[in-house]
Amino acid sequence: MPETLNYTLKDFKSENEVRWCPGCGDHAVLNGIQKAMANLGIRHEDFAVISGIGCSSRFPYYMSTFGFHTIHGRAAAIASGVKCANPKLTVWEITGDGDALAIGGNHFIHCIRRNIDLNIILFNNKIYGLTKGQYSPTTDRGFVTKTSPMGTIEDPFVPGRLVLGAGGTFFARCVDNNLKHSQEVFEEAAKFKGTSVVEVLQNCVIFNDGIHEAISDPKTREEHQIFLKHGEPMIFGNDRDKGLILDKGKLRVVKISEGGVKPEDILIHDTTDEDGFLHQSLISMKLPDFPVAMGVIRAVPSKVYDQAMEEQIAEAKSKSRISSVDQLLSSGNTWTVE
Amino acid sequence: MSIETKVIELEEVSIRFSGDSGDGMQLTGTLFSDTSSLLGNDISTFPDYPSEIRAPQGTVAGVSGFQIQFGNKKVSTPGDLAHVLVAMNPAAVKANAKFMMPGGTIFYDSDSFNQKNFEKAKFKTEDPFTELNLLDYNKVPVPITQLTREALKDLEIDNKSILRSKNMFALGLICWVFSRPLDYIEKYLTKKFGKKELVLESNLRVLHAGYNYAWNLQHMTPRYVVHPAPIEKGLYRNVNGNYATAWGLLAAAEKAGLELFIGSYPITPATEVLQALAERKDLGVKSFQAEDEIAGICTSIGAAFAGDLAVTSTSGPGFALKSEALGLSVMAELPLVVVNVQRGGPSTGLPTKTEQSDLLQTLYGRNGESPVVVVAASTPSDCFHYAYMSAKIALERMVPVVLLTDGFLGNGTEPWKVPKMAELPSITPRIAKDASKFQPYQRDPQTLAREWAFPGMDGFQHRIGGLEKDPSGNVSHDPANHQLMSEIRRDKVDRVVDMIPDLELLGEDSGDLLVVGWGGTLGHLDTAVREMHANGTKLSLAHFNYIKPLPANTAAVFSRFKNIVVCELNLGQFVGYLRDKLPEFKYHQFNKVQGLPFTIHELKDNFLKLMEE
Ligand SMILES: Cc1ncc(C[n+]2csc(CCOP(=O)(O)OP(=O)(O)O)c2C)c(N)n1
Ligand code: SF4
Ligand SMILES: [Mg+2]
Repeated sequence: MPETLNYTLKDFKSENEVRWCPGCGDHAVLNGIQKAMANLGIRHEDFAVISGIGCSSRFPYYMSTFGFHTIHGRAAAIASGVKCANPKLTVWEITGDGDALAIGGNHFIHCIRRNIDLNIILFNNKIYGLTKGQYSPTTDRGFVTKTSPMGTIEDPFVPGRLVLGAGGTFFARCVDNNLKHSQEVFEEAAKFKGTSVVEVLQNCVIFNDGIHEAISDPKTREEHQIFLKHGEPMIFGNDRDKGLILDKGKLRVVKISEGGVKPEDILIHDTTDEDGFLHQSLISMKLPDFPVAMGVIRAVPSKVYDQAMEEQIAEAKSKSRISSVDQLLSSGNTWTVE
Repeated sequence: MSIETKVIELEEVSIRFSGDSGDGMQLTGTLFSDTSSLLGNDISTFPDYPSEIRAPQGTVAGVSGFQIQFGNKKVSTPGDLAHVLVAMNPAAVKANAKFMMPGGTIFYDSDSFNQKNFEKAKFKTEDPFTELNLLDYNKVPVPITQLTREALKDLEIDNKSILRSKNMFALGLICWVFSRPLDYIEKYLTKKFGKKELVLESNLRVLHAGYNYAWNLQHMTPRYVVHPAPIEKGLYRNVNGNYATAWGLLAAAEKAGLELFIGSYPITPATEVLQALAERKDLGVKSFQAEDEIAGICTSIGAAFAGDLAVTSTSGPGFALKSEALGLSVMAELPLVVVNVQRGGPSTGLPTKTEQSDLLQTLYGRNGESPVVVVAASTPSDCFHYAYMSAKIALERMVPVVLLTDGFLGNGTEPWKVPKMAELPSITPRIAKDASKFQPYQRDPQTLAREWAFPGMDGFQHRIGGLEKDPSGNVSHDPANHQLMSEIRRDKVDRVVDMIPDLELLGEDSGDLLVVGWGGTLGHLDTAVREMHANGTKLSLAHFNYIKPLPANTAAVFSRFKNIVVCELNLGQFVGYLRDKLPEFKYHQFNKVQGLPFTIHELKDNFLKLMEE
């Protein structure tokens, strides 16, 4: 596209009043995505935003792009259809932890397995917001909610691990209250060809307030999060004095220049490492022993479904003698009655 | 040709090929019917196969059959009862005894009539024919296995391959009996096995061995002659309902200038629709085998939103899974064609058998007031036309359309005069043109159809969804608005009536008895009514292809008859719908739920009884 596109965030806002609760993390994510879209150099009419059902899934109504607010759990399938029908589009799927991982789990994993070129933004507030506070597939064991008055008796999914298990090629994580970082992550997700899953740690002020606070609190952010960047050492901390090394096959937090640890011992982040072992370890890091990994953790270029579909069609068209329905109907075993 | 041969001239004849599901009876039947069509006979076929791919060999459960009727006039059904049965083992005789015409001929592989196979087929004695009371039949034992072995003895092939070519022996034999030349079959085999010389050679040899054997045995085999049927001039091919459906959708896409997307999940007996479209990447088909039926319809809804002619195909259980998403397409008012190739239900039911029991599910099986257009095909080849019309209605009225076919139509074949694209009606999708005036839910005042704009179209950016909206497209929870919108969606479907033809009658314009049917029973109802008519009984047939909405003249037609009998392969679903829509009439009903089509015989009996009352 040679034309220059000078969009700003405003170009992506719709006139609909945003109805999320004041203080809900979704507001910031909306801003981040709108900013990211403005920066991408993609024509406004080529965006399609598809969502399921949940608080987060109201998202398309607040966008000025093409949008489709669908049914609970099915956004991945519907977005897959949109993208395959028209691979020129940039398709975003907005989904929640219940929408994507409970009712929509099947579509979620199969979309990832196929590697359809979608940008899936997974709003993880570890709760069902829209239905007012029941536990979700990402709620921690033992957590008390309206449907688990004595605490849940099941272990949660770790979304990134599920993505890897399904053969995922792109996984990133960000936090709702870190707008600048989120926006960068969204842009990278959009540029990646294949299914990009971005897990946004999102605060639900009403039903699960502070669930991510230990991670997200700006005061302790540098100590509790590690911002990964491809090709850069895995360093974190207020003084950027801590890092990750691999010790006997496991990740370990070390202080640089202490106990003989040299800067060159620190792991260098490689998003393109096909073998998911290290990505899996990074995804699994938890407080208090580890910082929580943020940024693009995995981005492995692979075959993309919608492209392959186009290629097969092009190949079939170039090889076949049949190029119209009339030709099809009169091909094969026919006979003429005179 | 020997003069001793007894030649029987028939107007139509029905043959059943039957054997173990591994015996290749479907191919045998298909090749025989194709040969007959080429000779100018009209044909109708019906495969009858078990739901297990390979049920235990030699058992009745494992029997796979293929029935074909061909004749010198229009043939609308595969025939109630077979004149000739080809049975590859005792179980095949047992499974088919009830489908035999009294006095018919049974060719059977005498090599397979042994103790072991009698036991497998649960015969108590060593005389299956007596045990089944098949006394008055012409039974012709043929040592098919041994003769096949003999024909191949100097070829280096294994026992399994030898046994696998037994079906060609049976085919050759039957071709002689019915005076069919072998050239078409030879050509087919050469094309199929051209590169595998040994396989080709063995199949051809066995085919000829069967043919020659019958020729040598002619003193004991009757020979049947069926003259060509007088049919309209033109280019013909055999087609089954599933292919005709797929091709009708392709034709509609081409006519509308759109690309075709199909999202689907395999399920008997609908899988072939997906397969037939997956074969057509050369025509640009985007076929998507989804992870389940929900994803099948949802990917299609996505494709409809993005501007494709979107289709999903399934059978009853899969249709049930699609209901919530079908409601979304009602609400979003997107064009969508859902094909339901019905089978016996509920639950897994009778997967390989035919039934018409998804009508109520189709009409009403969704949450909320959720009307869709319902169309039903009635012969294997008219699946093309009704699939085409379903797409036309969906695209011109921005509404989901469900096309009902069934296992009998989907798998059944008949000769079909190939249409030309230029002869098909136009299709004008409601693609929005003027961005400055576009509103997603603005409607044509006549048809109530909204306009269609999709991502990529500059200036048409808009949002739609499953929430109720006001006429301008904004989300609305206003009570009065919801009532208004519910009525609009209902009226939009009702107004499709202006696109559908009036109901036509076969037989008298008025009278004592009107037979009413819908969908896949046309062949049987039509034959029964015609035959009774030919014998001087005055009755008429009204057959429905458009179920929702009903043709405009339905009440007018019904009012001209004293009695109405609604015949369907369920416990009374269409009749219930008619009682609701047109309560001013009294309806008799005739129902069958055995996983089998009607027989002409039982229909005639029933009509006669009603006329005597
Ligand atoms: C078929 C169906 N089942 C249940 C619901 C009710 N429901 C709506 S949203 C939701 C859960 C939403 O949770 P999540 O996906 O985490 O989104 P959030 O509201 O937290 O953003 C449920 C159970 C529904 N709308 N449809
Ligand atoms: S309920 Fe929670 S998730 Fe939903 S809008 Fe309010 S704060 Fe956000
Ligand atoms: Mg949630």
